Amino acid sequence: MRLSRTTKYLLLAALVLGLAVIYFPLLVVLLNSFNADTTFGWPPSSFTLEWWGRAAENEGALNALGTSVQAGLAATAIALVLGTMAAFALQKYRFFGRNQVSLLIILPIALPGIVTGIALNNAFRTILGIDLGLFTAIVAHATFCIVVVFNNVVARLRRMGGNLEEASMDLGADGLTTFRLVTFPMLRSALLAGGLLAFALSFDEIIVTTFTLGTGLETLPIWILNNLFRPNQAPIVNVVAAVLILASTIPVYLAQRLSGDTTSGGRL
Amino acid sequence: MTTTLESPRRKASAFLYRKPRLRLGLLLSAPALWLGLAYLGALAALFVTAFWHTDVFTGQVVTEWSLDNFAMLFSDAVYRTITFRTVGIAALVTVITAVLAFPMAFYMAKFASPRARRLLVIAVMTPLWASYLVKAYAWRSMLSGNGVLHWLLNPFGLDTPGYGVLATVITLSYLWLPYMILPIYAGLERLPNSLVDASGDLGARPFRTFRSVVLPVTFPAVVAGSIFTFSLSLGDYIAVKIVGGTSQMLGNVVYDNIGAANNLPFAATVATVPVVIMLAYLAAVRRTGALDNL
Repeated sequence: MRLSRTTKYLLLAALVLGLAVIYFPLLVVLLNSFNADTTFGWPPSSFTLEWWGRAAENEGALNALGTSVQAGLAATAIALVLGTMAAFALQKYRFFGRNQVSLLIILPIALPGIVTGIALNNAFRTILGIDLGLFTAIVAHATFCIVVVFNNVVARLRRMGGNLEEASMDLGADGLTTFRLVTFPMLRSALLAGGLLAFALSFDEIIVTTFTLGTGLETLPIWILNNLFRPNQAPIVNVVAAVLILASTIPVYLAQRLSGDTTSGGRL
Repeated sequence: MTTTLESPRRKASAFLYRKPRLRLGLLLSAPALWLGLAYLGALAALFVTAFWHTDVFTGQVVTEWSLDNFAMLFSDAVYRTITFRTVGIAALVTVITAVLAFPMAFYMAKFASPRARRLLVIAVMTPLWASYLVKAYAWRSMLSGNGVLHWLLNPFGLDTPGYGVLATVITLSYLWLPYMILPIYAGLERLPNSLVDASGDLGARPFRTFRSVVLPVTFPAVVAGSIFTFSLSLGDYIAVKIVGGTSQMLGNVVYDNIGAANNLPFAATVATVPVVIMLAYLAAVRRTGALDNL
């Protein structure tokens, strides 16, 4: 494209500056986790590893990590099954209400988190009479994770078409064999990418979790929020935050390597 | 051969093959039950609850229909202020992210080499998955009185804005910026370069080309991004808790009424406001094709 050199450099400057602004606050958190000063004045006067050692032994944070992992794994498993089924139904069939179904899949994350949270909270407590616990949080997480798996699988199905499956059927394989030997292997990396992103989404979620997790239980984000305003916990909060920043890069990196499908959408 | 052809599994497979509607029904039943019944049901129940109220003495929900909650929401000046503040913050955040995201996405889509493009997408996406709370927390320490912004701005005679509405707008814009960059980038990638060049050949100056060619083509992508930035801001209450000082958003009212005030019906009433705004917004932008860009 022909644009003046000045325009090009201005755009490049905007991009570099924008990325700098995106990464700078995260680097500050990383640096602060080694900041020896407990009030985290800037610039740090000296550095220490003490907070990292203390965080590694902090029972509250470790328990919260356990809860987060349990909720994330269970929600991801449900989302993988439901998201894949929905993707097959919407990608391979044309039917009445198809657009409405695809809107319904987006809805749990298109609506503000607080609405999803309070709607499920109300449904569990007042309508179904279920006490909030880990189970209710898992149901809530699965609801908004479906879309991530759905999008990854739809993108893959769109790319691979149906020729190979038809060939497999023509050669005498039944539906199950075709799925096991043809469809599933081609979907595997998309499922893995979708699963990783669903896990990351569940791991990070706080608003819906606040409303659906039982009292006495904490996921890692909720642990951070509960300790954010306690000055004596600040150093450990910094370390947990730093760990989350580093850990969050893993699923994105892996998902990117596994499938090129996930580049377009926003939160999806 | 005949034995395999007549095995029960074979028969079931053949039966299903002849009945595409049945296959569709089996595939769709579980997700439709989960989302359609559980999720939509919960949403519907929420709106019903909005017309009920709690007993002042027992705190129990009373299932009598009335519009009292809505009357309170619209007549009380406090709630009106909070509603306008929330919508204003959400709109401002959307505009800020769009203005920041467009040039970034433009360079990524039109000037970067394919390899650099891929790396840039990863660079934008990675912080998207870094914890929401960590990012809000990062801005709390950035904005604090002895924090980085104070240190950076002080030599110029300026200071950190501290905690308040401005801090909330900054933090929310920061949080949602990647949600805006990625759809716009995808939209610009689909815009053919030749279209821009043709506009230039016909004598349009860059700004005219931008206004008459680039913007109309990428508008659905911008709207797609705005769905997230707007919706996420409308429902937020944690960022404003962390950096907003004493100011409140609709989300805080909902949260306080569920927790401390134990008034679920009123919380439900307040929660209908962002839903109605979002549904109206989704309906308004449907025709732009933005929903296909999600």
